[in-house]
Amino acid sequence: MRRMVVTVACGVALLSSALVAHHATAVFDLGKRLTLTGTVTEWFWANPHCLLRFDVKNDNGEMMHWVAETQAPPNMTPFGWSKQSFAVGDQVVVTLEPVKNGQPLGRILQVKLPDGKTLVAGNGLPPSGGDTRP
Amino acid sequence: MNPGLGIRDSGFVRTYIGAGFSRPAITAIAIVTLLSPVLLGQQGFRRTPGAVYDRDFPGKKSGPAPRRDISGIWEFANGGAEGIQADGAKAIPSDGKPEHELPFTPEGRKAFTNNKPTYGFTQVPSALTNDPMPGCDPQGFPRIVLHNAHHEQILQTTTQVVILYQFNKKWRSIWTDGRKLPSNPEVPAWDIKGSPPPEARFWGYSVGRWTDDYTFVADSNGFDDRTWLDNAGRPHSDALHIIETYHRVDADHLEKTITIDDPKYYTRPWVALDKMPYRLQSASLEIPEQECVPSETAKYNQLFANPAANK
Repeated sequence: MRRMVVTVACGVALLSSALVAHHATAVFDLGKRLTLTGTVTEWFWANPHCLLRFDVKNDNGEMMHWVAETQAPPNMTPFGWSKQSFAVGDQVVVTLEPVKNGQPLGRILQVKLPDGKTLVAGNGLPPSGGDTRP
Repeated sequence: MNPGLGIRDSGFVRTYIGAGFSRPAITAIAIVTLLSPVLLGQQGFRRTPGAVYDRDFPGKKSGPAPRRDISGIWEFANGGAEGIQADGAKAIPSDGKPEHELPFTPEGRKAFTNNKPTYGFTQVPSALTNDPMPGCDPQGFPRIVLHNAHHEQILQTTTQVVILYQFNKKWRSIWTDGRKLPSNPEVPAWDIKGSPPPEARFWGYSVGRWTDDYTFVADSNGFDDRTWLDNAGRPHSDALHIIETYHRVDADHLEKTITIDDPKYYTRPWVALDKMPYRLQSASLEIPEQECVPSETAKYNQLFANPAANK
């Protein structure tokens, strides 16, 4: 596989239906995975979903602005997430499931932080999770 | 893949979707395969900081149940995720399985078809929903316990059992002073001098009684039919009657059962929560704050829900 600034890891069908049974699936490209390296521009700790906004530079040097959601704060806190999880300018590696329509949007599976620690979305993703939208 | 999104098309995406599995495709499969157990291991258990769960006390037998007492701060005994119920009422989710088909009347089925939930078997993208809750309209009862349910604190007075719910800091009074439910659920009102004028309510009218020393049963009616029963868009009419049973199993456990009885929309009563187990928490446990905030919802819709739903 060629070296890429952004590594695309895509796989489908091997995740059991149980994995995806408890989360809104209408807009997501189920089973697809993207791993993106980028710079945080905002961490929106809010209902019905938290949003991580970050910029990703592609091979051509173009900057793309991504928005990725998690579940609501009370459902992220048990997995170690908080309002202080990210600061503007943090370099992060985000693994997400993108939306179907090609927009730079997705739901977060996990995020590798600048200090090397990883925050896992827990119930937020195909690991059968749950919705928390009000 | 769209290179314009900052993702370079390596070729293996196309390959994988195609009929043949190339080496990179097999690599992708391997990655996902290896990742799956990790993800599975992460997803199962949700612990609210400070809360305790049955798994914290393996093999420990609880003491006897106190008599006529369901007060305290309660959390799902098997982890906080138990209450999310994203795809509808836990005992009978909207998943397309024949055994989970609800006994709709024609009128009830029509109402269900008109509802556009973002979860469950009939889900639509967020931008197309008519779910009242994303706009922060009241979820009402019983949705407060059939979707996004979290901690509850139960208080008992000489005339009421009061339940405080985490989500949106809502509360209900279940009267135990001997009053009767409104006799006409379509024009509900307490038959008590000085009560407010008749009106249907998001939270209904509730009365309760002890059927034995360890079982408290509440009946409710007089509901505003704008609310949904659960997150999967199950509807109810103004004839909705709910039976709510709390059984104090022992010192540490409480089981809750919710039965939906709505003759306009369902041909027979059905159980939405079936002996859902709760565990008693420390009296000093701080219940987290979780509010539906209209301005935050608007920002979420603008940045995510609407562009995600565009074709």
